[in-house]
Amino acid sequence: MKVLVAVKRVIDYNVKVRVKSDHTDVDLANVKMALNPFCEIAVEEAVRLKEAGTASEVVVVSIGPKACQEQIRTALALGADRGIQIETDTMPESLNVAKLLAKVVEAEQPQLVILGKQSIDADNNQTGQMLGALLDLPQGTFASDVKVAGDKVNVTREVDGGLQTLALNLPAIVTTDLRLNEPRYASLPNIMKAKKKPLEVKTPTDLGVELKSHTRLLNVTPPAERQAGIRVSSVDELVDKLKNEAKVLRGG
Amino acid sequence: MDFELNEDQIAFADMARAFAQNELEPNAAEWDQEAIFPTDVLQKAGELGFCALYTPEEVGGLGLSRLDASIIFEQLSMGCTSTTAYITIHNMVSWMVASFGGPAVIEQWAEGLASGQLLGSYCLTEPNAGSDAASLKTTARRDGDHYVLNGSKIFISGAGSTDVLVVMARTGGEGASGISAFAVDAKSEGISYGRKEDKMGWNCQPTRMITFEDVRVPAENLLAQEGEGFKIAMKGLDGGRINIATCSVGTAQQALNKAREYMLERKQFGKRLADFQALQFRLADMQTELVAARQMVRLAASKLDKGHPDATTYCAMAKRFATDVCYNICDEALQLYGGNGYIKEYPMERYLRDTRVHRILEGTNEVMRLIISRRVLADGAAEL
Repeated sequence: MKVLVAVKRVIDYNVKVRVKSDHTDVDLANVKMALNPFCEIAVEEAVRLKEAGTASEVVVVSIGPKACQEQIRTALALGADRGIQIETDTMPESLNVAKLLAKVVEAEQPQLVILGKQSIDADNNQTGQMLGALLDLPQGTFASDVKVAGDKVNVTREVDGGLQTLALNLPAIVTTDLRLNEPRYASLPNIMKAKKKPLEVKTPTDLGVELKSHTRLLNVTPPAERQAGIRVSSVDELVDKLKNEAKVLRGG
Repeated sequence: MDFELNEDQIAFADMARAFAQNELEPNAAEWDQEAIFPTDVLQKAGELGFCALYTPEEVGGLGLSRLDASIIFEQLSMGCTSTTAYITIHNMVSWMVASFGGPAVIEQWAEGLASGQLLGSYCLTEPNAGSDAASLKTTARRDGDHYVLNGSKIFISGAGSTDVLVVMARTGGEGASGISAFAVDAKSEGISYGRKEDKMGWNCQPTRMITFEDVRVPAENLLAQEGEGFKIAMKGLDGGRINIATCSVGTAQQALNKAREYMLERKQFGKRLADFQALQFRLADMQTELVAARQMVRLAASKLDKGHPDATTYCAMAKRFATDVCYNICDEALQLYGGNGYIKEYPMERYLRDTRVHRILEGTNEVMRLIISRRVLADGAAEL
């Protein structure tokens, strides 16, 4: 069984995000970039399937400028077998990503496609679902457990009311939630080996996809700075403020 | 000349940093206070390749350069100075056994050391042979197909908790040329370990005296040839000095990071510490000196990798400079923390305690000055 994993290059989760002074976007100049944490979980899950003998090959694909090859190499160091970069000038929006991935799926014919549920930069949470719709494949989103059984995959999903388990016919699409697994460290020997693994570069034109803009970014504003707290003189005053100002307590 | 890290080095450093942040830093204070030798974490470090960075690839090492190793150790020491310092010592032992051991020694220990399954200790210093290492008194007398070791070694890192000892002992006459190196099973009959020393820092690695009393070591455990021990020791020390200097750089970087955070948060007289120009200037000096120390260490590592004839001098200069400067940075960072710097709830005092010994071991900084000045004053010496 072949597993395809889509990964994205994003701002490192340790970095304190700054907004550009003209509010056009987040400032990415001289900022450390990394593999999106949910994508890392997706890679780990695929590698575990391979180690368990369920998967025979793990292919990782990323879309973006040449720099995103770093994240493909990271995924290869974690245990993926080969990489595909789809070269674009900028990071395309979700629907374009889904269209490009759909073409890769058609070419590669994986039985399972694993994606992060969302990227920590734009937090869209769209690509997996759009890909499912474009390919008319079953999808299991927000997975906290994935078990392949014959021609089905059982996906346990983290939903508001608790856990829901779906049986999907393969081929299927899975998006990962935080608790699916804890990704390993890439060992130093595997980092060295990753350089020798094949990495193919394609363009949207190669795949027959024309990138279109459906949305426009108008303004980026940083969150309001936290205000200093106040001192209250009595418990009664505290309760009063919690009820009437903060509105976190309801009167009884 | 290229001062930038290459793609591999960036990836190594990223992984080492993640390991340090997740596995070392959260535990470092407890390991220090409880004097815990974190063998489980050393195992994990071994699985990731940290236990044999420059050990040859044929015996399970990574065959990396000293510069690569320095870049990696710097990141690790940001998480725990003392654990990283032990890992560097282990790397030296792994490298010596694999590089100078005969087939039997390599068969028995090289792979275990490379993977971190076996841990190593390096035994050079003696009660009466510290800075003057070539005067060491431990003897190795040939007896048939064995050597018989007698003598004692002090300040041995990891002693009592490790599996393999590299021991420098005298097989010949006085002076450096009478010294040979041996790989010795740490559990051999006749080896006894002294009490665990109560130290100022480096508390998560046990330090003990080792006494050898008629310890029979197979002749095949001799590393290289008889009389080559001191050469091996000195070769090891060049790299060891880079490693110790590196541990100072990483710790100072961490101290600086913490001081920076504190200056942005702490308010006095209605302003953040970061808004006082006197403190801004101190931070600027700390950062400047840190970069100078780091570059000097990397230059020395590069000289050693290239086999530069003056590599020993460069290693000595880097060790002297980086361990002094970085100790001062830790001290300055502690000062910026005020009273909080002095209490153990914060790591500042640990950084100071742990880096203090770097000015003493692997050759004191006075011995470094001796090496440097001899070279500068040598007849017909070219410029360094």
